[in-house]
Amino acid sequence: MSTALQNLVNQPYQHGFVTEIESDVAPKGLNEDIIRMISAKKQEPEWLLEFRLKAYRHWLKMEAPQWPNVTYPQIDFQDIIYYSAPKPKKLASMDEVDPELLRTFEKLGVPMHERAKLAGVAVDVIFDSVSVATTYKAKLAEVGIIFCSISEAVREHPELVRNYLGTVVPSGDNYYAALNSAVFTDGSFCFIPKGVKCPMDLSTYFRINTESSGQFERTLIIAEEGASVSYLEGCTAPKFDTNQLHAAVVELIALERADIKYSTVQNWYAGDEKGVGGIYNFVTKRGLCKGVNSRISWTQVETGSAITWKYPSCVLLGDNSVGEFYSVALTNNYQQADTGTKMVHIGRNTRSTIVSKGISAGHSNNSYRGLVRITPKADGARNYSQCDSMLVGDQCGANTFPYIQVHNHSAKVEHEASTSKIGEDQLFYFAQRGIGAEAAVSMIINGFCKDVFQQLPMEFAVEATKLLGLKLEGSVG
Amino acid sequence: MIYQDSKTLLEVRGLCATVNGIEILKGINVTVRTGEVHAIMGPNGSGKSTFAKLLAGHPAYALTGGTVAFEGRNLLELAPEERARAGIFLGFQYPIEIPGVANSQFLRLAYNTLQTQRGKDELDPLEFDDFVREKMKLLEMNPDFLDRSVNEGFSGGEKKRNEILQMALLEPKLAILDETDSGLDIDALRVVAGGVNQLATRDNAIVLVTHYQRLLNYIVPDYVHVMDGGRIIKTGGKELAVELETRGYDWVSAEYETIARATA
Repeated sequence: MSTALQNLVNQPYQHGFVTEIESDVAPKGLNEDIIRMISAKKQEPEWLLEFRLKAYRHWLKMEAPQWPNVTYPQIDFQDIIYYSAPKPKKLASMDEVDPELLRTFEKLGVPMHERAKLAGVAVDVIFDSVSVATTYKAKLAEVGIIFCSISEAVREHPELVRNYLGTVVPSGDNYYAALNSAVFTDGSFCFIPKGVKCPMDLSTYFRINTESSGQFERTLIIAEEGASVSYLEGCTAPKFDTNQLHAAVVELIALERADIKYSTVQNWYAGDEKGVGGIYNFVTKRGLCKGVNSRISWTQVETGSAITWKYPSCVLLGDNSVGEFYSVALTNNYQQADTGTKMVHIGRNTRSTIVSKGISAGHSNNSYRGLVRITPKADGARNYSQCDSMLVGDQCGANTFPYIQVHNHSAKVEHEASTSKIGEDQLFYFAQRGIGAEAAVSMIINGFCKDVFQQLPMEFAVEATKLLGLKLEGSVG
Repeated sequence: MIYQDSKTLLEVRGLCATVNGIEILKGINVTVRTGEVHAIMGPNGSGKSTFAKLLAGHPAYALTGGTVAFEGRNLLELAPEERARAGIFLGFQYPIEIPGVANSQFLRLAYNTLQTQRGKDELDPLEFDDFVREKMKLLEMNPDFLDRSVNEGFSGGEKKRNEILQMALLEPKLAILDETDSGLDIDALRVVAGGVNQLATRDNAIVLVTHYQRLLNYIVPDYVHVMDGGRIIKTGGKELAVELETRGYDWVSAEYETIARATA
């Protein structure tokens, strides 16, 4: 480590600490000094450093969860770089973005320069932990919407962040959420003020760049009374041979009559066909329907990562609030996924819907894990769950772990589950009509996932359809 | 119909096959020319359906001997989808259900795959809708079928109509219809047979695999082959089917064995 960097690391936190850095990467490892350094680099207020340190101290006392149906070697948290940033440069428009970066996005199939304009999507680009460009910001600002990186939000709107950060996912909520709270580097912040319907879908593309740099994004979305927003999150990552930890936290808050729709297409690097490499995706996503008649809807298409551990959940606090979870999780080769949702009914007449479609191919293992909890005061609560699994080939596995806890007699909870297999006879039927195995599987899978794809915004639905076909290439025939 | 200027479509010589190690076909010889309608009849377990599926390339059957030429090409080295694209169509005895996939989507993909193969333009969903509705009239099918999942919840008769609809769309050179008459009531049989008759031209050929003669009242064959024990033991004209209907299959088997013993 260079002396300069050493000094930087050891420097005590100073409010308003400013430095011009061309490019910087923190040394490997995690301790309070690293956390102070991250906080200092991001020019954070004292309370946020305290938030981080409290989370870190809590994390030290916690243990990684053992209950998920996944196996992986123990993670050495001292072998991870917790901060790396490209040159901190402010860009006014997309044209100023480094062409090299744009080319990378092109290669990843994200022609955002065009797409952002054509689809009217505002894209807050996260490239290796720091926001590089934010578009459409002015247009959104006209109606009072704040859409920026969370670092910027901390600087520009500290009170908003302070009011809501950690209120849905407390800093000590679980092992990886605590880790994230301690070291999160960047992410998105979105605030829709009272009565405003966000005029466009908001979108963020995440990507991991530096090898061995764990990514700890933090996303916070707040919809005030009567506001509504549709948020899209897409992930891609380049091929690496070492496992990368990704532990994000997403918090959604819907006040009275607010409506938040959060859609994800996740395609992190999954490792090669032998299961070497790939991202560990340990994510905590939770939404709080705080006000009456509010609604939070999660839609996810999970196709990547070596390991996925993720349960986008809804806490239905407000009376008549609605929680939804639509999920497609596809695993191939040696991928492992333990994913599902939690619906916690607290308010009266709260309703939730869960539609989960798991597809396993190759040697992969795919588990649905879901909790439906009806608390004693949730009179008239209703839940409908449907969990379907599809097996491609005979080396893979599918499991369903539904947990249902009902503490109110007036509640109605329904759970349906099915398992099917793409059989030789189905493929022969397609083949006899001239349709090859891959096109056939793609058609069967898309039919299977229809109920979920219908929930995705149009652009995303098309992408998701293509993605599933791509991910299953070579898994049949 | 037998035409003087017909071309050889299918030439099967000494075809032998096993399933799970059990010998099912023991040397099939048959030649099919354009314009012809062949009926393959025989008791249950005689190997008729195996023969039909084998020609289409079903993976459950292991080929152990013989040759099959289709328009002079070695059919046996082609994958099932290549055989289909080359113009072989199998009407399934038990059409497969594909939940979640709309019939219209499935039919359009099959049609467009073949169009591409033939160097023709694909049809977009709207064009295809008009096209397929026209073809459905031929089989007196309700357009609702387009929106339902492929064969899911279809009655036996509906499934068979859907098979012939696919034949109408794909216009194969050789259509092998495996027990297309089973599960059909008399009205459905008339409609389905009428559809097949309209699709028969002097450039294609039809092989009907059937247990009963009743279908042959509607689709008149040029040749009737009787299969038993994995072999074709007798070939005749349409009158043979009528004879089988009244006398059963036993006498044919007995006759074959007598001849076999005499020549042994």
